[in-house]
Amino acid sequence: MKGFVAVFRRELYAFFASPIFYVVGTIFLILSGYFFYNSVAYFSLISFQAAQNPQMGAQVNLNEMVVKPLFDDMSVILLLIVPLLTMRLLAEEKKNGTIELLLTYPLREVAVVLGKYLATLMVLVILLTITGSYMVMLAGFGKIEWGPVLTGYLGLILLVAGFVSLGLLASALTQNQIIAAVIGFGALLMFWIIGWIGSVAGPGVGKVVHYLSLLDHLEPFSNGVLDSRDLLYYINFSLFFIFLTLRYLDSQKLRG
Amino acid sequence: MIEVEQLTKTYGLVPAITNLSFTVHQGEVVGFLGPNGAGKTTTLKILTCFLPPTSGRARVNGWDVLEDSMKVREVVGYLPENVPLYSEMTVDRFLSFAAQAKGVDSRKVKTSIDKVTGDCGLEKVRNRIIAHLSKGYKQRVGLAQALLNNPPVLILDEPTIGLDPAQVVEIRELIRSLGQERTIILSTHILPEVSQVCQKVIIVNRGRIIATDAVDALTRQLQTSRRIHLTVHGPQEEVQKTLSALPGVLQVEHLDEHAERYAVEMIKDQDIRAELARSIVEKGWGLLEMRSQELSLEEVFVQLVTEETREEA
Repeated sequence: MKGFVAVFRRELYAFFASPIFYVVGTIFLILSGYFFYNSVAYFSLISFQAAQNPQMGAQVNLNEMVVKPLFDDMSVILLLIVPLLTMRLLAEEKKNGTIELLLTYPLREVAVVLGKYLATLMVLVILLTITGSYMVMLAGFGKIEWGPVLTGYLGLILLVAGFVSLGLLASALTQNQIIAAVIGFGALLMFWIIGWIGSVAGPGVGKVVHYLSLLDHLEPFSNGVLDSRDLLYYINFSLFFIFLTLRYLDSQKLRG
Repeated sequence: MIEVEQLTKTYGLVPAITNLSFTVHQGEVVGFLGPNGAGKTTTLKILTCFLPPTSGRARVNGWDVLEDSMKVREVVGYLPENVPLYSEMTVDRFLSFAAQAKGVDSRKVKTSIDKVTGDCGLEKVRNRIIAHLSKGYKQRVGLAQALLNNPPVLILDEPTIGLDPAQVVEIRELIRSLGQERTIILSTHILPEVSQVCQKVIIVNRGRIIATDAVDALTRQLQTSRRIHLTVHGPQEEVQKTLSALPGVLQVEHLDEHAERYAVEMIKDQDIRAELARSIVEKGWGLLEMRSQELSLEEVFVQLVTEETREEA
């Protein structure tokens, strides 16, 4: 436990001491701010039109027209930036040889891997919390339902947890950070779009690929639906790749 | 303290070390000596539980490196080759991370950092970022992190490589002072280091141990011949002829054209210095100087390694 805390704190320090976090964070916030602005501008345009057409007014809804699209947009930006935050986690340690320190300290490998994993997740949760200010602003100008906002954030956090676990594995595979980022991004994108073949594949395969898709499990959250299947999917996704990372580190040791 | 039995490690099909066995007792400072690629680093990595052995056993403090790896890691302080450090951190921050990671009690973290920075002479740079430190200071930070939880065993992989001569002397001094209460294994391919710092030496070549002994005993034992330097005032050719004719003399070499200095190589067990002197004086020449020359560790090492290679060929 003590070892886990040490690794966790060092990793957080590494994020905040290096420019990567600030660059990635700034770009994430600029992009999500842009998407937010765009949705709000569109919403106000529709609202003006709705004012002249009472039937349309019934469909105008902040949650449907601003919050939900924003969550979708943010999930795509996260898909792009998470591999950039995870790429250095183990690859850099391997390149610099500091992994030799970590693995010869009386630390369990689980503590090392989980410390890194949770520190990265924490950094991303901080970034997501900042975007919470958009929601507060929105609530100042109109009426939003907080339930779906909260489940939406929960969905994003679970999604990001999955992204980080896969990125961590990619980072364990190589000592080259760029390769780690490319593998991480490629694999995440594959899990993102794997559901697309669901409509053309047979019914059996279709079900499987839909179940595997990172994207398909996100939708219920931003609709305000908490389904244990989706929760379990994301948790299992993360655990599976953390487990693979641990196994990989072990097997590498054996091969020398 | 450290027991290694029949240790073998192969990378794929390439053997790095083969059937290594040795013991290091408590309180000994042992030099692990060998040319580059001899398997020194591999052995140390196995002892620190970074790599598992292919076969054989290694125990530190009675704990097996495979079965009780956590216990071993608790008692070993390790300075890896090339001193990997988190260079974006300050010395203090890095040491406090290392202390926590090594399970030092959180109330004692500060005092243990104070102690190791004092021991390693790092007081002045505690708040500097590691990346900006000189190589000598980085080496000290590496040593400091190894010392943090006050481990009874220290394993140092080439601790003085790449340092300037003044720093080398300082680090050796430091290691010697640390060795007074600890068991230390240090690997090196620099020979004077071994004779200055270590009590015992293990020489490896191509993954095998070719000699294990106390440093001075090894030097003594491995001399197959003995050299004597002479300065003789007399006709050069005749002097050479006379000396060569003496029983027990293997070779006489004229060292210098102008000065009258000769090197006489003779069989190790026979002391014929008296005969040498007598025969020179009897001829009426002047014997100006006579001294015996000890074979340095360097020469012993080269002799051993080349002998080994020749045998295999």
